[in-house]
Amino acid sequence: MSEEKSIDRVRRNLVIATSVAGGAATVGAAVPFVTSMWPSERAKAAGAPVEVDISRIEPGELRVVEWRGKPVWVVRRTKEMVDSLKAVEGRLTDPASKSSDQPEYAKNDVRSRKPEFMVMEGVCTHLGCSPQMKPAAAKAEMGADWTGGFYCPCHGSKFDYAGRVFRGAPAPLNLPVPQYTYLSETTILIGDDKKGA
Amino acid sequence: MAARLTALWEWFDSRMPTLASEWRKHASEYYAPKNFNFWYYFGSLALLVLVIQIVSGIFLTMHYKPDANLAFGSVEYIMRDVSGGWILRYIHSTGASAFFIVVYLHMFRGLLYGSYQRPRELVWIFGVLIYLTLMGEAFFGYLLPWGQMSYWGAQVIVNLFGTIPLIGPDLALWIRGDYVVGDATLNRFFALHVIAFPLVLLGLVVVHLLALHDVGSNNPDGVDIKKQKDPKTGHPLDGIPFHPYYTVKDLVGAIVFLALFCSVMFFTPEVGGYFLEYNNFIPADSLKTPSHIAPVWYFTPYYTILRAVPPLFDSQFPGVLAMGIATLILFFLPWLDRSPVKSIRYRGTLYRSALGIFVVAFLVLGYLGTEPTTVWGQFAVREDSWIGKYLLDTKEVATWVGRFCTVIYFAFFFAMPWYTARDQCRPVPQRVAE
Repeated sequence: MSEEKSIDRVRRNLVIATSVAGGAATVGAAVPFVTSMWPSERAKAAGAPVEVDISRIEPGELRVVEWRGKPVWVVRRTKEMVDSLKAVEGRLTDPASKSSDQPEYAKNDVRSRKPEFMVMEGVCTHLGCSPQMKPAAAKAEMGADWTGGFYCPCHGSKFDYAGRVFRGAPAPLNLPVPQYTYLSETTILIGDDKKGA
Repeated sequence: MAARLTALWEWFDSRMPTLASEWRKHASEYYAPKNFNFWYYFGSLALLVLVIQIVSGIFLTMHYKPDANLAFGSVEYIMRDVSGGWILRYIHSTGASAFFIVVYLHMFRGLLYGSYQRPRELVWIFGVLIYLTLMGEAFFGYLLPWGQMSYWGAQVIVNLFGTIPLIGPDLALWIRGDYVVGDATLNRFFALHVIAFPLVLLGLVVVHLLALHDVGSNNPDGVDIKKQKDPKTGHPLDGIPFHPYYTVKDLVGAIVFLALFCSVMFFTPEVGGYFLEYNNFIPADSLKTPSHIAPVWYFTPYYTILRAVPPLFDSQFPGVLAMGIATLILFFLPWLDRSPVKSIRYRGTLYRSALGIFVVAFLVLGYLGTEPTTVWGQFAVREDSWIGKYLLDTKEVATWVGRFCTVIYFAFFFAMPWYTARDQCRPVPQRVAE
């Protein structure tokens, strides 16, 4: 008698059907465990827009503001800082910010509503570290062609004063610009651009 | 008294003979090659470190608080106020680095003597799984002190997953449990570090050993000792029982190891910032990345590979992919190696040189990962020269050396089928060398 004939097809099919049903139930049972790891309702509710008084930021100064747990920078750019943006264009990955993340009103030469105040997320587009401002004077450290901007300490990405990334850096895109608006001449609202303006 | 003990043992043995038979199978009658050398200490030492980490970890959890507001303070509390708390923490932090030292040397032994080759492919694969699990375990544990390096290290590594096309951003969000690394992240990493991953690790260690004992241990000569058996006893002529011969030998290794371990733990637990990074003595600050950030030394070779690869197609994913492949390639080692010979003792110059160059490249990658990319300065090339314009996307010497070593790292594996097949091997003896 061959092996083939001794198999009870009905029982075999029942075993297969039970296994499939049991497997499906096991996968289904994983759902509550997996979903429990998504952000909680409390985490989702956090993240209101923040107001920043820009009148007391000195020229050339960087102010860090916390928004949704992330550092947002407000930089008051001097004329030299704004001028340096034109000079470095040839060395940038995305000089016109075509692929980068910014609202429509920041998709220009200076990546801001007003050239003097640059608002951007201080979060490197590579792997999320917060870069540091390195002035044009830091040539010894940053190289002779450095005209000022930002340097990411984690993986060495370099950005200009508009948060545009230099070629040869691991970061693929320019620093993102969040939604923001001027509530008055001296106050900026970060995280919302519908009010005022 | 002795008769009572014997009776007690017989009572036990008649009800559960497994214990005695497993002891014979895995220790007193497990025949291991008689020519194990220095490199064969590290397997048992890894087991010892695992025990040290589990015991010290259990006692640390009695005082540690997995809460973003309390974690950093609770570690300081352990260091200052808990009786003997400082020693528990230094045992655990020294143990973390010791684990990787021992495991790297254990893996290098595999490369030296071809221990991954047929029929030990599964032993090797379970070993690589242990290595990857250990990396995860170390990464989760590193967030717990909630210092600056904990925070930014976690930020970077979670974002590595965020770079995977399509699913990446959601995956990173799911891992973090929040839009930034925060309390939710800390809490779950604690759970993974103290429960999930240790259980997986223990399971894998058991499977690794069972797989090893089914096929038997390799040895520095790469000779199959099962081919030459004593006709009377059936035991390999070149084999000796693991217990007592190797238990005693490994005990000596353990004593030397513990002496070194204690010297580090008592006299220099930070090891110049390599075992415990100085920036991690500053509480986590989500708004400010430390000016010099580097992972702990055991991750730095892969970190340099990540840094070395420039972004392609507006994405940093290629770098992450390179880093991923650099670790996953280890799984394929048994099939990349086409050499008929296991041990380096009988291999030719091709494999010997390849291994030597690979080790140097791996160490350079490791060193560069601990330093900023500016460490070796820049090439003195003019921006408007054709080299500066077309060849050098960055002029940093360290980045280029990192790229060079990355190529060597991958070449060692990808060219392996070619150079191991062409190597001039020497004949392998029937018996192990005296």
